[in-house]
Amino acid sequence: MSNTDIIIHDEKDNVGVVVIEKITPNQDCNCWIMENDKSVSIQSKDEIPLGHKIAMVDLNEGDTILKYGHDIGKVVKNIKKGEHVHVHNVKTKKW
Amino acid sequence: MEIPKSFLGYKRENGRAGTRNHVIILPVDDISNACAEAVANNIKGTIALPHSYGRLQFGADLELHFRTMIGTGKNPNVAAVIVIGIEPKWTKRIVDAIATTGKPVEGFSIEGVGDIDTIAKVSKKAQEFSMWASEKQREECPMSDLWISVKCGESDTTSGLASNPTVGNLMDKLEPLGVHLCFGETSELTGAETVCEKRGKTPEAQAKFKKTWNDYNDFILKEATDDLSESQPTAGNIAGGLTTIEEKAFGNFQKIGGCKFIDVLEPAEEPTKGAGLYFMDTSSAAAECVTLQAAGGFNIHLFPTGQGNIIGNPIEPVIKLTANPLTAKTMSEHIDVDVSKILSREMNLSQAGDELIKSTLRVANGRLTCAEALGHKEFVMTKLYRSA
Repeated sequence: MSNTDIIIHDEKDNVGVVVIEKITPNQDCNCWIMENDKSVSIQSKDEIPLGHKIAMVDLNEGDTILKYGHDIGKVVKNIKKGEHVHVHNVKTKKW
Repeated sequence: MEIPKSFLGYKRENGRAGTRNHVIILPVDDISNACAEAVANNIKGTIALPHSYGRLQFGADLELHFRTMIGTGKNPNVAAVIVIGIEPKWTKRIVDAIATTGKPVEGFSIEGVGDIDTIAKVSKKAQEFSMWASEKQREECPMSDLWISVKCGESDTTSGLASNPTVGNLMDKLEPLGVHLCFGETSELTGAETVCEKRGKTPEAQAKFKKTWNDYNDFILKEATDDLSESQPTAGNIAGGLTTIEEKAFGNFQKIGGCKFIDVLEPAEEPTKGAGLYFMDTSSAAAECVTLQAAGGFNIHLFPTGQGNIIGNPIEPVIKLTANPLTAKTMSEHIDVDVSKILSREMNLSQAGDELIKSTLRVANGRLTCAEALGHKEFVMTKLYRSA
C-alpha cells in the first residue's frame, strides 16, 4: 500500500482531507476513499496543511460541498480541482 | 478483542458504582466559595467545587442550578458531600435530595455564624467524611455500571476522520453490555440535525430531539451576530481545517457510531429509561457540557480533540484522545490515547476502538487521566439567563 496523502470519507464527496503534514503545489497525491476502500490520485495546485481540504473537482460559485456524503456548505468563489477549500471560498448555509 | 466483563469500582449505597471516591465540599452559592475552599484546604482528601452562581436565580434557570448541584452530589464518583450555603433553606433542599442516595451528606449555613466558626465546624465533619471514605475499597463491578459521556472539543477534520469514529466504535461495542451512554452539544449538531433526529429510537425520542434543537436554534438566531462571531466553528476549528458548522456537525455526530438514542435529557437530568444512548441538551462549550453530564450521573468521560482542548472535571475523569499527529506530539501531556495511526492507515477503526476500551477500563480502575494529573478541575455551571 502506498502512502496516503488525502482521505475522502464518501464516494460522493467533492473534497478530500490532507492527512500528512502538508502537501505542496503540483504534488501528485494518493487519495483513499474510506467508504469503498478505493484509491484515486490528484495533483494539488496549492500548499495545503494537515487537516485542510482539497477540491477533487472544479467547483463553481453556488455549488454544494459534499463531505461524509452530506451538504456541508456552499461555494462562494470558483474553485479549481486541486485547490485549497476553506473559509475563503466556502460558507455555511446556516445562520 | 474480547471485551472485559467488569472493572474495579466503588460500590455505592444506592446500587450505582463510582470510578472515583471523592469527598466534595459543595458551595450552594458564589459567596460560600471562600468557606468551601478553606475547608478543602484544611482537610486532606476533600475537594471544593467553587462556582459563580446561586443567588437570585429564578424559574428554569434556578431549577437547572439545583439539578446541577444535586446531581453533582449524587454522582457515584462522590463518596460523601458537605454542602455550604449562605442561608439554610436552599442548602437543605440540596442536602435532602443528595441524601436519597444513602451517602453521607451534611449541610451548613453561614448566616448568623460567620466564615471562621463555620469553617471550624465544617472542617470537623469533613475530616470525619474524608477518613471514612478513605477506607472504601474498589470491588469488581459489571461493565453495565459504567455510565460513559462523550463530548469533543477544539475539533478539526482529524476528529471527524478518526478520533470521533473511534468513540463511535467503542459505543457500538459497549452498548450491548448494558452501558449508559450520553452525547450532547445541541448547537454543534446544526447541519446534521435532520440526520441526528432520525437516530432517535422511537418517534417520541425523535420529536423531543427536534423540539430541543429547534428551540436552541431559535435562541441562537435571536442572539447571534453575523455567523456566531467565530464561535461555531471556533478560531481553533478553522485553523484545523473545519470550514462550516455543517462540516463540524457531521464530524461531531461520528461519536455515537451506529447507536440510536432512547431519550432526550434536559441539561443535568438523570436518565431513567435504562441502559443505552441518551442525548442531553447542552452547550457545546466543553466545561459546561461535561459539568452537566457529570451532574446527570455519568462516571467516566471520553473527549476526542483535534487541535488540543485541555479540559478536565473535578469528579468525572476525562479521557482525551486525538488523531492529529501534531497535537499528539506537541501536547502529549494532555493526550491519554493517540489514534493518529488511523490517518496513516497503520491502525484501523476497530483496533483504535479496542485501544480506547482498554484505556477507559484502566481509568475506570483508578489510573489518573492526563487532566487529573495536571490538576484540571473545570466545574462550570450553565446559566440560562440573568438573575432577578
